[in-house]
Amino acid sequence: MSAKAQTIEQVNELTDDKYKYGFVTDIEMESAPKGLSEDIVRFISAKKNEPEWMLELRLKAYRHWLTMPEPEWLKPDFPAMDYQDAYYYAAPKSSGDKPQSLDEVDPELLRTYEKLGIPLREQEMLAGVAVDAVFDSVSVATTFKHKLEEVGVIFCPISEAIQRVPDMVKKYLGSVVPYTDNKHACLNAAVFTDGSFVYIPKGTRCPMELSTYFRINAENTGQFERTLIIADDDSYVSYLEGCTAPQRDDNQLHAAVVELITMDNAEIKYSTVQNWYPGDEDGKGGIYNFVTKRAACRGVNSKVSWTQVETGSAITWKYPSCILIGDNSVGEFYSIAITNNMQQADTGTKMIHLGKNTSSKIISKGISAGRADQTYRGLVRMGPKAVGSRNYTQCDSLLIGDQCGAHTVPYIESKNKSAIVEHEATTSKISEDQLFYLRQRGIGEEEAVALVVNGFCREVLQQLPMEFAVEAQKLVGISLEGSVG
Amino acid sequence: MLEIKNLHASVEGKEILRGVDLTINAGEVHAIMGPNGSGKSTLSYLIAGREGYEITEGQILYDGKDLTDMAPEDRAAEGVFLAFQYPVEIPGVPNTTFLKEAVNAIRRYHNEEELDALQFVKMLRAKTKELGISDDMLKRAVNVGFSGGEKKRNEILQMAVLNPKLAVLDETDSGLDIDALKVVSDGVNHLRSPDRAILVITHYQRLLDHIVPDFVHVLAHGKIRRSGGKELALELEEKGYAEYSVAAE
Repeated sequence: MSAKAQTIEQVNELTDDKYKYGFVTDIEMESAPKGLSEDIVRFISAKKNEPEWMLELRLKAYRHWLTMPEPEWLKPDFPAMDYQDAYYYAAPKSSGDKPQSLDEVDPELLRTYEKLGIPLREQEMLAGVAVDAVFDSVSVATTFKHKLEEVGVIFCPISEAIQRVPDMVKKYLGSVVPYTDNKHACLNAAVFTDGSFVYIPKGTRCPMELSTYFRINAENTGQFERTLIIADDDSYVSYLEGCTAPQRDDNQLHAAVVELITMDNAEIKYSTVQNWYPGDEDGKGGIYNFVTKRAACRGVNSKVSWTQVETGSAITWKYPSCILIGDNSVGEFYSIAITNNMQQADTGTKMIHLGKNTSSKIISKGISAGRADQTYRGLVRMGPKAVGSRNYTQCDSLLIGDQCGAHTVPYIESKNKSAIVEHEATTSKISEDQLFYLRQRGIGEEEAVALVVNGFCREVLQQLPMEFAVEAQKLVGISLEGSVG
Repeated sequence: MLEIKNLHASVEGKEILRGVDLTINAGEVHAIMGPNGSGKSTLSYLIAGREGYEITEGQILYDGKDLTDMAPEDRAAEGVFLAFQYPVEIPGVPNTTFLKEAVNAIRRYHNEEELDALQFVKMLRAKTKELGISDDMLKRAVNVGFSGGEKKRNEILQMAVLNPKLAVLDETDSGLDIDALKVVSDGVNHLRSPDRAILVITHYQRLLDHIVPDFVHVLAHGKIRRSGGKELALELEEKGYAEYSVAAE
């Protein structure tokens, strides 16, 4: 085959491969009737056999939601949501009688996760990673559950936690992100369907990586998952979430809420590889990813580290934040956001320093290509009692081509004279010189772009658990295909 | 190996080369010397295939194949290497990663199996040892924070690793002190072989004390004005390029 024909073939392969998670699983589903009402909220609660208090919480949130305005301050532009034109509950029929073990899980679902690169059979799994698999509105399988229970770690679907450890859920659910926080979080509080619950007991270092894999499959269905992680005194856990969805022409809503709580000397490392369907080149379809993630570092010397690789979704709206309450507590935010074609992202973090000698670090790497538009939005607030606290922020934007945009909107509020806040920002373009240099060494143009971008993101990629870093690097390359030439 | 015939080329509409003829055979080392602005770097970019450098007439044949429509990465895979006058920085990409990507891209092009990390590191270590380059340079990001000498040594290392058939060295001596010049020239000499052709582009004769060429050409005002043996370089050193200036034409 001539070099040229070979190149063409390779390019075709790559294009077909662009969003390899775009397939649909054909499986019998059970859905709630379309639309949103108190009845739907009751339907979801009944489906989950929830206790009365949980239903009350949901209804309170729903009634409040009706009165809340849409957030108007964000940069991405999109048509108003029609909340009545979506389904709020969809579950594979086979999950009706909760499977007790993996052997009872619908083989079609196991195949789906296998295709996504997440084998759920424990012997085939990545060694040392426990997975909770959420398919549309329900958790279909959680691996290594029993092994974790031996050391006292609870890792289960949140619907199960509501039954098993209701006092803990009652105490912490909504304690970091109250339902009154914002419209999307409020909707989530009313209609959340599943998600993961993690409790790490005192003095325990979680023996394996925990991971939740979210998959939206059903059409016109919103996914509203809720994650709650509590790290008790002197404990540590590393948790990773991944997300994909089929390729569809309609926009689908994903409004999740994640709450993290760390007690004295505890640490949570939370990583996200978000690869929801981004829509096609012209911006048709794709997921609206409106997520509220927040951590409360309640204990002294506690630490939360957020790492995110955001490559998917038509619109991303997300600000994983840390409230640094305990003295000497530490918050970190490492972010890579890649937008290509017509994607829009408005993402960043909030570091709220309340305790003494608290510190935070923000490293944000934004890459924009095609006609995409991206905003870093961050808030650093030093409270009056945050004596000796400090923040360091570094925001770097990389532009590919001349039709994309990058914006940096940092908010800094300091009410304490002894606090130190540093902010650095750069914007650069991939240079012709770099591309030519790499190509002269035999590296193809798209690989060259991927290499430069991976280099640009290195600081953040290094924060990911090793098992996922390689995958994330590949994802960086794939997300930018077609961005040059 | 390389046959340049009546090459005319322009950059941004301005004619730079006005009919260059040059033939280089395997095993030969040629030097092109000339005043600033004579078209030396343009010639090297044309051989490597840089965008924006347009051939308006004539052709460049490499192993009998016309290079004109070939992408730079394909030329590299076919064995064309350019040592840059100003090596480019790639922040965050370790030298090792970069070299491994390059080696495996070229292997894929030839339908050869890619080297795994272990095989690659073994090969790389052998090359660094051969050239007396410290392993520390491999861990650092490509050319970032490198001194002028380190950058040029890194070019020579890349050349050794990629094992090209035709190596073009563009002003490799620029910015080097005498010790660094020696190290770099030793590296190049080490890579001289009967299967490889080397084209050295330089402004000064001093590099040719170390890399002794078989042929020397004077490129001035877009054309090769004179060709000769290594003694021509000495003559140029003495008399300068005055007689090749536009005014002298």
